[in-house]
Amino acid sequence: MIDLYILLALVVTGYVVGQFLEKRHYRSIYEREAELVAIPTTSSKRPIGPIPDQVRAQLVEGACVISVDYFKRFVAGLRQIFGGNVRSYETLVDRSRREAILRLKESCANADQIINLRIETSSITKGKRGQVGAIEIHAYATALYFYSQ
Amino acid sequence: MIITNTEEIPGKVILDCHGIVSGSTVRAKHVGRDIMAGLKNIVGGELVGYTELLIEAREEAHQRMQEQAVQLGANAIVNVRFSTSSVAAGASEIYIYGTAVTVE
Repeated sequence: MIDLYILLALVVTGYVVGQFLEKRHYRSIYEREAELVAIPTTSSKRPIGPIPDQVRAQLVEGACVISVDYFKRFVAGLRQIFGGNVRSYETLVDRSRREAILRLKESCANADQIINLRIETSSITKGKRGQVGAIEIHAYATALYFYSQ
Repeated sequence: MIITNTEEIPGKVILDCHGIVSGSTVRAKHVGRDIMAGLKNIVGGELVGYTELLIEAREEAHQRMQEQAVQLGANAIVNVRFSTSSVAAGASEIYIYGTAVTVE
């Protein structure tokens, strides 16, 4: 019986705090994305349009480790019975990818272009029993700085 | 040292290729961080400790790759790729590899 109460308490805490944190995080993501939208970013290997002769290229990175909350884990557990989209995990991965890309852009805010953006996802707590998963998103790209003669 | 993850460096010509260079580190999390992460798991969100840990690990692997390139007499590394794998529970390996080249 006590176990059930503990579980319930964890689920409720996870829901209340988790939802609050998620909303706050999304707000900050929207704001920062709007600020950095001006830098042309592409996943293609070549720069967009003509480029000047003088270019400086540099590898840039951004990373973010994110973990699920207790409520989401619980909901996902229920979902596994019926199958279908696990919405609670989708927002989690989405948030962390966008955060990683934002960190990458923030590390080179003066760049003229960002090319060859690659995103890599890995689970870092794999293999540990009873532990909630945490995933790492790592984004990397080449930042180009143009110099006009 | 110019480092990019594209096959060529825009505006530069590759003169010579020195082959593959790579760097790796295996890192484990310490107990304190693990406990904090366990608590954070209740409410979810970013695990700042782990983010920092992996950034440090990546920097070290990066450094090793760069040293190797300098030894080969290269002045740039192109087509850099990252890979992360968990070798054991609680430890992950960061591996970086690229092609060392000489550009004009």
